[in-house]
Amino acid sequence: MPETTSEKVPVTVLTGYLGAGKTTLLNRILSENHGKKYAVIVNEFGEIGIDNDLIIGADEEVFEMNNGCICCTVRGDLVRIMGGLMKRRGKFDAIIVETTGLADPAPVAQTFFVDEDVQKNARLDAVVTVADAKWLSDRLKDAPEAKNQIAFADVIVLNKTDLVSKGELAEVEARIRGINPYAKLHRTERCKVTLSDVLERGAFDLDRILDIEPDFLEADDHDHDHDHHHHGHDHHHHHDDHGHGLKHYHDEEMQSLSLRTDKPLDPSKFMPWLQNLVATDGQKILRSKGILAFAGDDDRYVFQGVHMMLEGDHQRKWREGEPRESRLVFIGRELPAEVIREGFERCIVS
Amino acid sequence: MTTEQQASIASVTDRVRALAVGAPVTSVHFLAERAAFVCGEEHVALVDRQGEIAKTVVHSGGILCAASDGERVVTGGDDSKVVALDAKGETATLATDPKRGWIDNVALHPDGTIAWSAGRIAFIRSAKGEEKSLDVPSTVGGLAFAPKGLRLAIAHYGGATLWFPNMAATPEFLAWAGSHLAVTFSPDNKFLVTAMHEPALHGWRLADNRHMRMTGYPGRVKSMSWSADGKHLATSGADCVIMWPFANKDGPMGKEPAMLAPLQARAAVVACHPKQGVLAAGYSDGTILMVRLEDGAEILVRANGTPAVSALAFNAKGTLLAFADEEGNAGLLEL
Repeated sequence: MPETTSEKVPVTVLTGYLGAGKTTLLNRILSENHGKKYAVIVNEFGEIGIDNDLIIGADEEVFEMNNGCICCTVRGDLVRIMGGLMKRRGKFDAIIVETTGLADPAPVAQTFFVDEDVQKNARLDAVVTVADAKWLSDRLKDAPEAKNQIAFADVIVLNKTDLVSKGELAEVEARIRGINPYAKLHRTERCKVTLSDVLERGAFDLDRILDIEPDFLEADDHDHDHDHHHHGHDHHHHHDDHGHGLKHYHDEEMQSLSLRTDKPLDPSKFMPWLQNLVATDGQKILRSKGILAFAGDDDRYVFQGVHMMLEGDHQRKWREGEPRESRLVFIGRELPAEVIREGFERCIVS
Repeated sequence: MTTEQQASIASVTDRVRALAVGAPVTSVHFLAERAAFVCGEEHVALVDRQGEIAKTVVHSGGILCAASDGERVVTGGDDSKVVALDAKGETATLATDPKRGWIDNVALHPDGTIAWSAGRIAFIRSAKGEEKSLDVPSTVGGLAFAPKGLRLAIAHYGGATLWFPNMAATPEFLAWAGSHLAVTFSPDNKFLVTAMHEPALHGWRLADNRHMRMTGYPGRVKSMSWSADGKHLATSGADCVIMWPFANKDGPMGKEPAMLAPLQARAAVVACHPKQGVLAAGYSDGTILMVRLEDGAEILVRANGTPAVSALAFNAKGTLLAFADEEGNAGLLEL
């Protein structure tokens, strides 16, 4: 089991393309009467008008780890700031890291995986992405950063919904779902969101990797496969038989891939396969997570990863009557879906 | 290490004067006969030989760095201030960062010059108060003055910059990929060594900038100390003290380091005795040992099962050893 995570300071990463409303959300979090104190790591001072919290300026210095893994980048300034903040642990309850609009969330997340001091003291709670309902569809076409931020998110705050029509809103949501069907999506005006929807999510907590079902299953609860990788042409994959008008977009570049089986997996095949997969295709895989049922093992095994970094553990005993089903999710860029699917199937005990 | 093993080595644990600093300690220095325990936040606790503790507020927030020349302890804080504290407990604010930056590093020169850094800028101020600054390519990880002349080494991402603040020449850049944190010159001024973000040291022979890679650590090196004769560099980061040989002109190139005082715990802080071939090492399980470099003979100063050691220092004469841990327990030992 993972060591007690409760003593570690939770860290929320706040991303979003320029102008989406990150600062609005941040000010909302800080000004709400929640009785908590936050240490906030920002890129620019001045826009935040709260005195009560610790505000720290960051430099967004990203550097490569010298471990031969080119996508293994960390935020050096964050390592330094976390070190300083840990001297003042009694002074705040949680940390929020705001990234610039053009930032890739991966180095921030990876900092929490690879730096031993950071890992000892803090835990990544969730990546929260603020998206602009009016402009996101355009940004997904012309700004790779915006797409990255959507793909990486555990929570998406779809903001400025008052500025778009119902049809436009459905369109932008469908485009988000085409990239990342797993994030919790909240529609807001001026980032008005219940704080518990964005904070204390436990999205990286191995004990709570339950959010593996697509978020919109409630709205769209028939079985379908999200892996439409055979389309050579552009997007727009409308299922007329839905009956409730939800469009399905397939993003040519960024997709998610879900795998499942109710047959047990062979751990001696699965683990090397997964490690090899992230070692070779880790640059393409932004996020991965899974709940696994191994042959001859009464425990659920859970794992999660960011690019080439993986962490996993036995989580708990399978409950009586609970279907021993393995489920995996990958979100990434140009995922070699067939190769992954075939590799996974070879790990099933026949 | 089991209690049985501990019982079999010489122990001076009963001669240690226990002190309750009451707050996590990050470093300890000696100002004449008084030990100055630098806390993680706000305070420095000055302790005299009788164990009398006097606390002084030096910063209004976290204390991020500290250095001492034996007459004062200079600290940098997240309140953007550089503060000096003397043996009498009197403080003076030496500088305030105009951009509200954190003061991440400080270093002192014997002539009274001080250096500090905030973000990507290294500052230097002479004893007369003349101030200069140098922008480096990325956040400063560590500062160190050379043992000769007025020369400052600035560690950062991608290498280290060597700066002669009183000369017009362009600072020299020593390149090596990765993030360089703590930095130190060998006492003979022939080598520069940095502790990197990954578990390794990097060194340069200053005569020809030849590289030296010192790897194999299981954890990051956070503490380095030169032996009294300047021939060895003692380091933390492993389950023993790793001693790199710098006796001849090639330094540790092509040589194996000595491994002293192996335990089932990570060496966290090391401090070499200023006069003799002895070092003190503090471990993650609370153990503190004094070790003779020549034969590795050990003396137990503090037993295991106590909070991780976070600070360790000898006074300049080598007659006192002070230590402290992450939970604010401290001790003084007369040798």
